[in-house]
Amino acid sequence: MTLVGSIPRIAHSDAVDDQLLGQLLGELLGHLVADLRAAVGPGRASVEPLELALYARDAGVAVGRAVAVCFPESTDEVAAAVRVARRHGRPFVARGSGTGLAGGATPLDDPVVIVTTQMNRVLEVDAEARVAWVEPGVLNLDLTRAVSHLGLHYAPDPSSQQACTIGGNVGTNAGGPHCLADGVTSAHVLAVDVVLADGTATRLGGLEPDAPGYDLRGCFVGSEGTMGIATGVAVHLTPDPPCVATMLCAFDGFEAAAATVSGVIAAGVLPAALEMMDARITRAVEDFVGAGYPRDAQAVLLAEVDGFEGGVAEQVEAITAIARANGAILVRVAADAAERALLWKGRKSAFGAIARIAPDYYLHDAVVPRTKLVDVLRRVYEIADAHGLIVMNVFHAGDGNLHPLLVFDGRDPGVWDRVYAAGTEILDACLAAGGVLTGEHGVGIEKRDLMGRMFSPDDLDAQARLRDAFDPDGVANPQKVLPRGSRCGELQRVPEGTWI
Amino acid sequence: MSGSGPVAPVVTPLVTPVGARTHWEVGGPPPAGAGEVRAPVGVIAYEPADMTITVGAGTSFDTVDGVLAEHNQECALDPRSRAATIGGILACGLSGVRRLRHGPVRDHVLEVRFETGDGRLVKGGGPTVKNVTGYDIPRLFVGSLGTIGVLQQATLRCRPRPARARWFTSTEPTSTYRASARVWDGRREMVLFEGVDADVDVQGHGLREVEHGPELPDGPHRGRISVAPGRVSGCTGALGDRVRWRAELGVGTVHVAADEEDALVYARSVAHAHGGWMLREAGGPADDDGFGCPLPNAPVMRRVKEAFDPEWRLNPRRLPLRAS
Repeated sequence: MTLVGSIPRIAHSDAVDDQLLGQLLGELLGHLVADLRAAVGPGRASVEPLELALYARDAGVAVGRAVAVCFPESTDEVAAAVRVARRHGRPFVARGSGTGLAGGATPLDDPVVIVTTQMNRVLEVDAEARVAWVEPGVLNLDLTRAVSHLGLHYAPDPSSQQACTIGGNVGTNAGGPHCLADGVTSAHVLAVDVVLADGTATRLGGLEPDAPGYDLRGCFVGSEGTMGIATGVAVHLTPDPPCVATMLCAFDGFEAAAATVSGVIAAGVLPAALEMMDARITRAVEDFVGAGYPRDAQAVLLAEVDGFEGGVAEQVEAITAIARANGAILVRVAADAAERALLWKGRKSAFGAIARIAPDYYLHDAVVPRTKLVDVLRRVYEIADAHGLIVMNVFHAGDGNLHPLLVFDGRDPGVWDRVYAAGTEILDACLAAGGVLTGEHGVGIEKRDLMGRMFSPDDLDAQARLRDAFDPDGVANPQKVLPRGSRCGELQRVPEGTWI
Repeated sequence: MSGSGPVAPVVTPLVTPVGARTHWEVGGPPPAGAGEVRAPVGVIAYEPADMTITVGAGTSFDTVDGVLAEHNQECALDPRSRAATIGGILACGLSGVRRLRHGPVRDHVLEVRFETGDGRLVKGGGPTVKNVTGYDIPRLFVGSLGTIGVLQQATLRCRPRPARARWFTSTEPTSTYRASARVWDGRREMVLFEGVDADVDVQGHGLREVEHGPELPDGPHRGRISVAPGRVSGCTGALGDRVRWRAELGVGTVHVAADEEDALVYARSVAHAHGGWMLREAGGPADDDGFGCPLPNAPVMRRVKEAFDPEWRLNPRRLPLRAS
């Protein structure tokens, strides 16, 4: 029976008649989906295996299993869905577009998946206060489009901004190229309406600059769905700059590009964005979209500066001088908005371009101090070479946020073992350089069991207790972020470095 | 006490972290008879090219600013007193007037290390300028008023010191793209522009340059009102001349001060009437809890408190929360 197979929680005993058990489980699921439909409306909850398969994973590699999926359209419906899940003894997982790469939305422990993509209205825009209230399913780029006529935009701009939701951005505390000057999601979220794990709705933070007591809003942003579900978000909007210059700098070695990044930061220039691409990715992108990148460059930097004309001109001059001093073979400033858009199109199409190189890729995310970029990049290439893998680097260089991309053919025997081994070594090299495990993708399930490499048992215990303060029963997106054994009472330890 | 009686319960000593006492009256009272704990002093690591600095929490802002200034950098915490310690600034979470451009205190903190109420040394966050590894404990710490831990050290984000910073005044609302601070006193706005000369000139065009920035109101009774930015004018209109005030436009903070306790009580009622609240910074009614409003989501906050301080040893009354 397929139903039996989909619910491993119930022990499969030889003494129980298979058919009877199947019927029983079918009835239970029938009750669950009936209750969910009562909570969110007919036609908006499902236990159909085909539909559930769509929600078994996000854009990462881990595959889980949902027992039911539903699509609420309001805070009340989300709260009702959470209560139904609880009543049926099920955990729940919040999900937006599923563009996350760390398995944060992968359903574990047979949960009800609560998809917020139907809640996709921009509810209110206050141009003078530069605030918008949005539902969690609003797409990142749609928010900027909705306010662009007011001369405003939403600053965090992940590469997936055409597809990812604001709710998901809140979950992962998402970043993006323009977070270098403007800060990541948490700096732009004023308030979050949430449904907590007990099914109650409340507001964290507010439009006033400070909320009394602990910054629960700050805790919630980046908690990857483990502290509840965002059902409304008040975001800060950023005014469009009066003047923007986008520069392309090309180098004949990645060391020169990385040294330019370090030099720019050290010189006190604070670009709006500072992105680096190595030779392999540059050529792949050029073949893919024709962004105007030089094919013979070993590394390319995209630098954007904005503000008033005078400051922009000074910064362009400073960056040009630093790039030249590091041996840049080309420095070009985009002549107009069209060329600027094309340069950015190349950067944001990088991951699409990789399909031309190999069928599979594994994208990493780690941050190192900006002064360590040259050393760490060199190690990344060495590690990939040692494992016989191709690595490409396209990343937020200005804030030291590396995205080494291992490309391979998953059908090659044993290749996944090499990919995992190389990935772990790369992360270790980043940590050894004084870095951190993830800069913007989140921990999810991907890095959960590596947390012990960055945090002590007491650190992890504190985080586990903080999580429990929001969700005492551990039903909101279980098994994520913290490894088993994080609580001091738990004795079980997952072997260090275990990958899911 | 007789030797054969029941064993006396173990009295858990109360603890209150102490910095420079520049924000000592913020929140409720420190516990009577508590052991005072001071944090280490000194710069632990500073890499100017990374624009991050790690300091002992007992280090004064003045010291940190001096070290950063040598490399033409700053950390825009802007405390009211330069004697304030980094630990005190983070624990109180009171942002300065340049928040409009540079963000609140919580946006400047990358990593914290503190000792919890049950004596564990806990690290949260990480030393890099971008990091989402684990829960955002640094933001939780900011504004926690010494109730979840005694800060040992913190890593802060720095930025280049602006080439130029000039205050201007205007009787009309100013063009607000990238103003660093806007302070309204009821008659005129004072606006701060920072950047290279050309940028400051462009923004200040047509405005009157002044030598000094605004002075925030002072007095024996002081507080800060938080209202949505759109409600500042209504709020300050209601405050009138009953208290001395200065409002941060675009932010929603209204600094208030008075000679009489009653005036601060009035200011708080105005804050509530405009959908906000007022934190007492000094003076105020003696029996006041410092907040004058119930904490939102108190059950969650109580569990957060107990997650880090299960026995309520750390500043148990600084926040208006009580053990369940």
